[in-house]
Amino acid sequence: MDALRKLWRAIRCLSGDDAYERYLAHHAEHHPDQTPLTREAFFRQWQENKWKGAKRCC
Amino acid sequence: MNNLLKNALWVGIALLGAVAVGGIALNRGESISALWFVAAAVCVYAIAYRFYASWIAAKVLVLDETRATPAERFDNGRDFIPTNRWIVFGHHFAAIAGPGPLIGPTLAAQFGYLPGTLWILVGAVLGGCVQDMVTLFFSMRRDGRSLGQMARDELGPIGGIAALIGTFAIMIILIAVLGLVVVNAMKHSPWATSTVAATIPIAMFVGLYMRNIRPGRVLEGSALGVVLLLLAVVGGGWVGHNATLRSLFDHDGLPLAWAVIAYGFAAAIVPVWLLLAPRDYLSTFMKLGTIILLAIAIVVLQPAIRMPALTQFIDGTGPIFGGKLFPFVFITIACGAISGFHSLIASGTTPKLLANERDIRMIGYGGMALESFVAIMALIAATVLEPGVFFAINSPAGVVGKEAAEAVAKISSWGFPVTVEQMNLLAQQMGETTLFARTGGAPSLAVGMASIFGSAFGQGMLALWYHFAIMFEAIFILTTLDAGTRVGRFMLQDMLGNVWPRMGETSWTPSVILTSGLVVGAWGYFLYIGVIDPNGGVNLLWPLFGIANQMLAAIALCVGTGILIKSGKLKYAWITGVPLTWLVLVTSAAAWEKIFSEDKRIGFFAAANDMAAKLAAGALPPEKAAVAPQLIFNQHLDAWLTVFFVTVLWVIVLDMLRVSARSLSGRPVPPVSESPHIPSRLVEDYARD
Repeated sequence: MDALRKLWRAIRCLSGDDAYERYLAHHAEHHPDQTPLTREAFFRQWQENKWKGAKRCC
Repeated sequence: MNNLLKNALWVGIALLGAVAVGGIALNRGESISALWFVAAAVCVYAIAYRFYASWIAAKVLVLDETRATPAERFDNGRDFIPTNRWIVFGHHFAAIAGPGPLIGPTLAAQFGYLPGTLWILVGAVLGGCVQDMVTLFFSMRRDGRSLGQMARDELGPIGGIAALIGTFAIMIILIAVLGLVVVNAMKHSPWATSTVAATIPIAMFVGLYMRNIRPGRVLEGSALGVVLLLLAVVGGGWVGHNATLRSLFDHDGLPLAWAVIAYGFAAAIVPVWLLLAPRDYLSTFMKLGTIILLAIAIVVLQPAIRMPALTQFIDGTGPIFGGKLFPFVFITIACGAISGFHSLIASGTTPKLLANERDIRMIGYGGMALESFVAIMALIAATVLEPGVFFAINSPAGVVGKEAAEAVAKISSWGFPVTVEQMNLLAQQMGETTLFARTGGAPSLAVGMASIFGSAFGQGMLALWYHFAIMFEAIFILTTLDAGTRVGRFMLQDMLGNVWPRMGETSWTPSVILTSGLVVGAWGYFLYIGVIDPNGGVNLLWPLFGIANQMLAAIALCVGTGILIKSGKLKYAWITGVPLTWLVLVTSAAAWEKIFSEDKRIGFFAAANDMAAKLAAGALPPEKAAVAPQLIFNQHLDAWLTVFFVTVLWVIVLDMLRVSARSLSGRPVPPVSESPHIPSRLVEDYARD
């Protein structure tokens, strides 16, 4: 059961499913004085950012 | 005691590996189980990883686990993020594993199974894995700088420009040849065409879902998309059996090529969230799922390899592409053994995620070893086919003749018996009208995969498996096509921005349209050349792609060798120097033959002259005479492009040697641009998991 939970966490992390949660955690730790982006706005920015440069190979 | 056990284990692995490689190499005449290939590959990777990669990590690169990585120093929660090494491994592998290692080994199977297998194994552990690992390390020590930036900083402006041009050129040729593979797979196949077409609206729906319906729910969207894709495979079969719908999707190569070009342009200018990003999720899930499924099927089923170890085509008369074993097997199998493209991923994206320097061995070296294993599986899938069937699927009509009877007679005369009935039955099982002359590697790989999956998971669904395999290849070829066009566009915008600053604004619409148009026009032209080529085009474009990819690998190895020498590690410089020398040798030899060979199936100029002579003598039928001037021009263009690639290669090699010689004799060189050592604060709570 624990192994399954670990696997699920890894899949979420790999796919970026939990990117917003990780962003919130990072934000709370480093910039507690500012309001974080909404989930929608964050996802847009994250996706734009992800596709700059060579990301896929032959 | 524990140590003794460990040593015994490694001696056992070494013995098993030696027996497996020896068995593969010495087996003649009888069929051999695919399991031997898996055993040989796994043992070779395990030993290389345990000993060679560890030695490089400890002695050559001197990985320092107490040193803060860029991810730790610049942690911004976006691109610089210290990440668990398994997650980085997943990202890195998903990025480097593309369609290349599936196609190259399939084409190279015309030489028999042995040359490809040996080159994939040796090339990977001594070349490709080292390139990826070293590039990843040097980029990490330079705050995640790109290969082009490192070439400029460490070697000088000439190296920088060569890397830039090399990257752009490989992108163009790569996209063209991948486009050709998709076109050849969809040609006169309504099932395949309609399934591939359906992937576009499916990807767009997933994109909308993730952005507007359920923002950021990546897994939900992807799961929905995967289900829709599987339905599209089934639905394609229904389209293929419906007389009216069938004609909508039944096309020649040329209209399909135009469709791919139009799609490429549209995909490059629409926002990433609509098409590229969701398609990438789907293709990554499909890719990983299919690779795992294939590995399980091979291990469970243990199919027999039917292809001989060596065929007579090592003399250069092969039907799929012309040219002798040396140097062409090393050009044909690029990805899977050593791929220059990986150095673009290993510099730039992946180094920004590393939490600790020690992870470099697993991600750089291990990632490439796994990709090499994918290439071995592709080789297995191609060689489990009856050789006659393999050649019937892959030989272009220009070589074996247009009529089925003519083709089987020719192929059987080579000693690979095959009959028209056999091919018709196979085509019918796969739900296709014909499987003759489907050059490009995708259909034969799909037949191979379908027969493996069919025997492992149920013979009744061969046609479904076949079209699933075609869809799986097409979807990530199209992802590479989208992503590559976009990278090419950014590079072009960057270059043009130096002349006219507005062009450098990546979101200024006129600039987007102009640069996308130029990039699509460039690869579109080569795709067009490939489609109208009477010999199927793969013979024309794949060697160019191989030469370009090996040239980029040579650039990355030059940067690595140059940095090693400049940092006073001359005695270790052979780890990149040896693969570099080999690549320079094979690339130059292949380029020489493509330019100067008198054989019209090898030399570009020879082919142009032959066609010009036939045209002048009036020996060509009218429909061929009409396109002949264009074909002659294309052959010349390809020849000059080869000259250009090999010139760029030698320029950067000589530049690296110049910088190294200056450094060794104590004259001034660009300084080593490594970032300063900052102790890691993560290291105490850095648990090895």
